[in-house]
Formats: sequence, C-alpha cells, structure tokens
Amino acid sequence: MIHIFQAYGGTLLYGLGQTLLCSFIALIFSLIIGTFFALLEESPSKIGRRIARAYIELFRNIPLLVITMFFYVVFPLYVVKMNGFTAGTIGLTLYTSSFIAETVRAGIQSVDSGQMEGSRSNGFTYWQAMRYVVLPQAFRYVIPPLGNQFVNLVKNSSTLAFVGGFDLMYQGNVIASSSLETMAAYSAVGVLYLIITMPISYYMRYLEKRLA
Amino acid sequence: MLQNFIDAYSPDNLRYLLGGLWITILVSVVSIIGSFIIGSILGVIRYVKIKYLSAIVGFIIDVIRNLPLLLILFFTYFGLPNLGVKPEIIPAAILAMTIFESTMLAEIVRSGIQAVDSGQMEGARANGLTYWQGLWHIVLPQALVKMIPAIVSQFISLVKDTSLATIILLPEMLFRSQIIYGQNTNYIIPMFVAIALMYFVVCYLLSLLSRYLEKRQA
Repeated sequence: MIHIFQAYGGTLLYGLGQTLLCSFIALIFSLIIGTFFALLEESPSKIGRRIARAYIELFRNIPLLVITMFFYVVFPLYVVKMNGFTAGTIGLTLYTSSFIAETVRAGIQSVDSGQMEGSRSNGFTYWQAMRYVVLPQAFRYVIPPLGNQFVNLVKNSSTLAFVGGFDLMYQGNVIASSSLETMAAYSAVGVLYLIITMPISYYMRYLEKRLA
Repeated sequence: MLQNFIDAYSPDNLRYLLGGLWITILVSVVSIIGSFIIGSILGVIRYVKIKYLSAIVGFIIDVIRNLPLLLILFFTYFGLPNLGVKPEIIPAAILAMTIFESTMLAEIVRSGIQAVDSGQMEGARANGLTYWQGLWHIVLPQALVKMIPAIVSQFISLVKDTSLATIILLPEMLFRSQIIYGQNTNYIIPMFVAIALMYFVVCYLLSLLSRYLEKRQA
C-alpha cells in the first residue's frame, strides 16, 4: 500500500481535494436548502408544510445514484450541459438536504414549545421568535447529527466516480486498473477516506455524550 | 413525448425492469438477514465489554462504518480476485452489503440493548439467571422490539444502496434502465421516471411502516 502512495501520491491527493471540495459545496447548499424546508414544514402555512413534506419524501426515497445520473444524463440532453463534478454535487446536495431538513426539524421540535409562546407573548412575530429564540437553541442539539450527515456526505460523494467526477474513488479506480494491484489501491483510498471521516465521527460521538 | 412514454413502457421493457426490482429485493433481503445475524453478534460483543475483543470489534466496526459502501463493493468484486478468490456478481454484491450493513446494525443493536432499563438485568440476576441467560431471555427480546423501527430505516437505505452495485454490473433496476435507454435515447426520461417511481414506492411504503411501528411503541 505504501508504494501506491509513493507512485500515485499526486493523483490520490488531487482526488482527495475534489472529494473535499464537492463535500463542502454540497454541505453548505444542503444546509441552506435543508434548513429552509425544515422551517417551511414547521411553519403555520398548510400549503408550505405540504410542499416541504413532498420535497423531503421525494429526495429521501430515491437513491442518490438515480438523482445524480438524472442530472448527468437527462440535463445535458434537454436543459444545460454540465460536467460530472457539477452533476454529482447537485445530486449530493439535493439528496443530503432532505436528510438535513429532517434533522433540523427534529431539533426545532426538541426545543420546548414554551420558548415560542414566551417570545410571541413578548411581542415577537413568528419568524422573529424562530430566528432569535428557537433556532439558536435547536442548533445546539442538531450539531452531532449534522456532523454525522457530513460523514455520510463524504462517503456518498464516492458516487462522483460513476459520472467521472475525478474524486478520490474515481482516482482509486484509475490506479487500480493501471497498477493491477486492486487491493493495495483500494486500501490506499480507504485510508484517505478514513482520515476525513473517522475524526469527525469520533468527535460527534464525544459531543453527543456531552450533550446527553 | 407521450408517444415516447407509451413506447418505452412496452410489456417487455416493463417486465425487464421489474426483473431488476426483483434482483434489488433479493439482494437487499438476503443482505439484511445476514447482517442482522452478524450485526447482533457484533453488537452484543461491543456491548458486554469482553477484554480486548470488544475494543478490537468496536474499532473494526468504526472503520467499516466510516468507509463508503462503494469502496467495499470494489473490495469484494475487484479486490478479492487479487487475493485469488473470484466471486460472482450477485454473491459479491450481497457480501459487500452484508459487511457494510452488519456494522450499521451492530450499532443499532448496541444502542437497543442500552435503551433497556438496567433494572431488567438486575432483576434477572437477582432471580438466579446468569448474565448470559439474563441477556438472552430478558434483555435482548425487549431490545429487539425497540430496534425494529431503526432496522426498517436501515433496510430502506440498503434498498437504495443496491443501486450502487450497477458499477459491478449487478442487473438491477438502474442497470437495466441504462440498457433500455442505451438502445433508444427517446426512452431516457421515461426510464428515469419509471425507476425513480419504483424506488420511491418501495422506500416510501417501508418508511410508512417504520413510522407506524415507532408510533405504536411510543
């Protein structure tokens, strides 16, 4: 495995960079979209709740790969050309946003309803109370599950390999087929994934224990 | 456009796609059963704290949980031949899913056992059962009931994850849809609609089941 790192270090690092880049972009956008739909589902508007529910259920129940392939195969034909990295990142964002929406919603629900009532009776509007009182408290509970979602995001970014996204998994395949040492090549890729995911999951487990 | 849908959904094509759904379900069901057995053993080992063994098992579980399933698929299908074993496609897919899911289930089993009130074990011990008898007859049955919704959720992600096995040419739905629209590009949208719908129906029904089970327990 060491000689794989020596011979293909640059390729692997480039792949690692692409994996991290795609994961960060997807994380930021799925946080925004996910929080938006969580708020919409908790909002007083009945239509809003329906739309949010439909969005969440749709993207939770279709495999990530199908969503990604849709953007990679169908979009260029009828809408706009995009490369594998873009298609993969969009797919990853939509898929993850539905899970983040569920996580944030659970966080909002875990905040005592008296907080909202208290702020409303002190003259806040619904959205002010949400923004200044409920959400800040909810995010404290939500951080460990969000961290776990990020770990899933990094792992799921391996679907970029299907669409030529030049991520870590893609480079691993290239190395495996050119060096013919499949075990060593995939082990090297595995080690690089673990360097990202293991510390996050251990830290989240620590946070979870401290919060409990 | 409408004509494309009508042509794409010919009886032969639909039968071919449904055959893919059958492969998906076959692989998922066999893997979840295998991973339930292995996951329970691993979860119990991690829970009871046997010197060294529990720590080692715990570390292996953490390593596998933090790897992409796709990588494990590559290990079983492309990596094993490097070591002299050449598995067929379906066994390789089942093997990879079972390895990955049993670590997920191990965590579910462990937290399920932890969720059982400690008085249950104390009561069992006070009534003369050994530790293992108490675990097997008293604690595990109660833990299992608490775990069921989480196991169903895990099964949903397993069903979705079988689509990853297209990369090792497992003839499931996504793979078969690609073969159909490979022959006629007009069929691309109808095929995506069809497989998205099939996955959605299966997974949504399962998620309703999981939610129903969760409510009944609360």
